[in-house]
Amino acid sequence: MRNLWIFISRYNAFFFFIIFFTIGIILTLKNNAYQRSVTLNSTNEVVGSAYERLNVLKRYLNLGQVNDSLANENAKLKTELLALKEVDSSKTVVVNDTVNNVQFTYQSAKVIKNSISQRNNVITINRGSLDGIEKDMAVISPQKGVVGFILDVSPHLATIRSLLHSNTPISVSIKKNNALGSLVWGDGNFDYRKAFVKEIPNHFKTNLKDTVITSGSGGFPRGIEVGTVSRKLNNGDFEINLFNDFSTLQYVYVIKNKLAAEQKALETPKLPNEQ
Amino acid sequence: MNSKTIFLNIFRWVVLLFVQIFLLRNLSFYNLSTPFVYVLFILVLPFRIPNLLLFLIAFGTGLTMDAFYDTMGVHTSACVALAFVRILFISVSLNRDAIDDPEPSLGNMGFKWFSIYAVLCIFVHHLVLFFLEAFKLSELAYTFGRSLLSVVFTMFTVLLVEAIFHNRKST
Repeated sequence: MRNLWIFISRYNAFFFFIIFFTIGIILTLKNNAYQRSVTLNSTNEVVGSAYERLNVLKRYLNLGQVNDSLANENAKLKTELLALKEVDSSKTVVVNDTVNNVQFTYQSAKVIKNSISQRNNVITINRGSLDGIEKDMAVISPQKGVVGFILDVSPHLATIRSLLHSNTPISVSIKKNNALGSLVWGDGNFDYRKAFVKEIPNHFKTNLKDTVITSGSGGFPRGIEVGTVSRKLNNGDFEINLFNDFSTLQYVYVIKNKLAAEQKALETPKLPNEQ
Repeated sequence: MNSKTIFLNIFRWVVLLFVQIFLLRNLSFYNLSTPFVYVLFILVLPFRIPNLLLFLIAFGTGLTMDAFYDTMGVHTSACVALAFVRILFISVSLNRDAIDDPEPSLGNMGFKWFSIYAVLCIFVHHLVLFFLEAFKLSELAYTFGRSLLSVVFTMFTVLLVEAIFHNRKST
């Protein structure tokens, strides 16, 4: 202790300097708005840039999550867009209940298994009955084009009967003249980029590059662009180039048709009677 | 002797700060070179002054300057740094027991010793002053140049004042 005091008194000038200089600096920082703001700023700059650097890494690692959330948001926006589109101005609706007008809602899903090389291709997605997925719901791809229908549902997963399946006819129409047809795949063509439109009546003039859209029946909302006509076949069918690329499919939207059950209930009783 | 020294220093303090605040404050070359002649007061405080008293006086002087310059703390820190350098330089360059002069003025110590002493002290003072004022390292060269040029100006005025007083005393 004595030695400490001797040490301090010998170098008292230094300790006095430290004390008074610290007081001076504190005064500077405390009373001058500029210095105060600068200290805060530079601190923030240092911390901020460090965080930014960390964030670049983090962002990269979180890309998957970000994609998921974006897909979800897209689904939500698409639902809202459809809700706006569904308002029919020709109807005399006094109470415009937009909630009830939403016939189609979108549920984003991630493709966890996909195949394009088989005769009957099935896609597996990471949504199931817990997410409200039901059998025979329509599935579209995020950009353009149809994907198929839900084939089977488990609590957390679901399989899609892809368009690249011999038993997936989708009702389509030519955008130009609304001629109804049926979109099929297979029949000697196993190119995943091409499909056929059949059963278009002969009197409709259809040119190459005409856009094919969904007709609105069979689970898909009307107007989803499917592809363009690329070739006319001898038997009156068309070959079309699909807009969506099944080989790189990562996200799909499952379309929930609110009125599907009602439609089914309305349509099914007739069938036994007819037969 | 003692009361005379005290009176002389108080007189010096008043005059130097008055000159600094009301005359030299408005004087600068292109905002680059500004004289701070008031440091002369701390430079020529008596040798025998205790360290604590020296620091207190430097602190008080700096505080007064800050009050007039509206830069709270900047001059204070610079003056404290100057006092520290003064103590260091005197203890290094002079044998404390052999000091028989009352104060480290130009007339007592000679031109060579005084100019080195003054330049060192003023340089540290200005460096602290300008860097605390700028408070960023991005304008390093500018701030450094400013302090260097100001050292030249301050040194010039300090030597001028010392020479004038020295001559008057001797004649």
